[in-house]
Amino acid sequence: MSWQPILDGMAQAAHLIVTGDPEVLEVTMRSLQTSSMATVMAALLGLPLGILIGMGSFRGKTFVKTLFNAFVGIPTVSLGLFLWAMFSRDGPLGVLDLLYTVPGIAVGEAILVIPIIVSFTASAIEAKDEKLRDLVRTLGASDFETAMAILREAWGGVSLALVSSFNRAFAELGIAMMLGANIRGITRVLTTTISLETAKGDLGLSFALSFILLAVVLSLNFVVGYVGRSRWFGDLQARSGW
Amino acid sequence: MRTEKKGMTINQRTMVIIGVVLAVAFVAGTWYMTRLPATKEQIIISTTTSFYETGFLDVLKKNFETKYPQYNVSFISQGTGLAIETAKKGNADLILVHDPIAEKAFLTDGYGVNRKIVAYNFFIFVGPSADSISIKGLSPVDALKKIAAEGVKGNAIWVSRGDNSGTHSKEKALWKLAGLDVTILKDQKGPDGKPWYYEAGAGMTATLQLADQKNAYTITDMASFLKNLASGLIKLVKVVEAGKDTLNVYAAIVCNPAKNTRGHFDASMNFVKYLVSDECQNLFKEFGFKEYGQALFKPWLPLLKGNTDPTLIEWVKNYAYFDGTECPTSYRLNVGDLYS
Repeated sequence: MSWQPILDGMAQAAHLIVTGDPEVLEVTMRSLQTSSMATVMAALLGLPLGILIGMGSFRGKTFVKTLFNAFVGIPTVSLGLFLWAMFSRDGPLGVLDLLYTVPGIAVGEAILVIPIIVSFTASAIEAKDEKLRDLVRTLGASDFETAMAILREAWGGVSLALVSSFNRAFAELGIAMMLGANIRGITRVLTTTISLETAKGDLGLSFALSFILLAVVLSLNFVVGYVGRSRWFGDLQARSGW
Repeated sequence: MRTEKKGMTINQRTMVIIGVVLAVAFVAGTWYMTRLPATKEQIIISTTTSFYETGFLDVLKKNFETKYPQYNVSFISQGTGLAIETAKKGNADLILVHDPIAEKAFLTDGYGVNRKIVAYNFFIFVGPSADSISIKGLSPVDALKKIAAEGVKGNAIWVSRGDNSGTHSKEKALWKLAGLDVTILKDQKGPDGKPWYYEAGAGMTATLQLADQKNAYTITDMASFLKNLASGLIKLVKVVEAGKDTLNVYAAIVCNPAKNTRGHFDASMNFVKYLVSDECQNLFKEFGFKEYGQALFKPWLPLLKGNTDPTLIEWVKNYAYFDGTECPTSYRLNVGDLYS
């Protein structure tokens, strides 16, 4: 009896994937949309910030770094609640009309993962020897080019930051629930559907969706990992002087 | 640094610029793709979790949108407490809840207008089939008194929703009727040093499962109980049946346009009119009939008009009417014939 829901779930997951169940496809697609939007938005803001912090030396640098490190693990439900109050019609950002929309969830998730990007990038850059920075500079590189060279060396940490951010955004529940409210056909995503089906007592389906969520995350991570190590990508890096 | 490697070279700065442009384009494109469909008017209804967990909302949405294809209905299901908060903050267009005290405050504080009662059912107490403290057949008030007396001796456990939902409000009202103070009961401990009054802080299904696991007593609405019993999730049985004190009445209230800036008053009125229409009242009547042999949410209008059970009608009016009416005239706005 105790293994039953889990086994049912695996069987149901396989069935849902093979038959291409439209509702499951829809919520998976929406999860991918929010998390990819969130990761890209967070990268646009977080990468430059992470590089600046990593490369720079300024008073309060430790404080700033510690702050971002701490926010990496912020509870999604608390952030979701805070943003819900911000985006609410009677709140300061109410005019943006972000509540109960997919872009709204994406913005919330972007805020969630920016600390990951900043923290991981800054750490990766700092891990590279200071002498490398000085060496590159003495070879006549401008600030921008120095940053690019360091980034190339620290690429492992940066790509980890991006992948981790995507994973965190894809699998989180608190923000999607508070800002999206799990509205069918509009803001329902994979994690909120799992929550709903569990609340309704349909455990087989909850497990099935959980397996699908894991499957998507694992496949994406494997693909990114292999592409990153492939010859094609290596050539691309070489051609661009990277 | 421009490095001359075999084949084409791209200046690094250009690459970064291209990267940023692509990223921005991606975000803009996905944002556009996922924005709200603009062709239909969106109505947001803040509602109670019991409609959500039984699947009734999907039926309601489908039928309403078939009749009114210009609307897109979004249900936000939270406990009654949060549903009302959401509406007060201006994030919804109407509420569909089951807590007359909170509903009255919603009207008198100026947040809502045009309240209409749409359906009713009953709360019941459920508990372990062994029923070791023998409360089966007692009235709700007597049952609670016995549970409290036995609980503190370590012979019974009570599970509360503990989440300011309509069910929780009903439970608190019943404790009050029994002359007991919940705030004191919550802190009491049995002889083993553990509390006997649990607060689940969760929806009805989760609360029932907790009660089931702990062989405890709890209050639930009939619909949630039947549904969970049928899915084999719980082995609890009914111990206190439906009656006057356990009446559960669902009402809809439109958000007052004076305080609500979303601007969907007319659409909301259409939805309320639909709820009390013959077609929708029939939907209520049929939902759950096949699987459970009774309507999970019983339609109010046919009962009122048919007058086949005057006692029941009196109960509903005593419980859920304010000053002799479901909606005092000072809280009515552009109602047409809604109250005729």
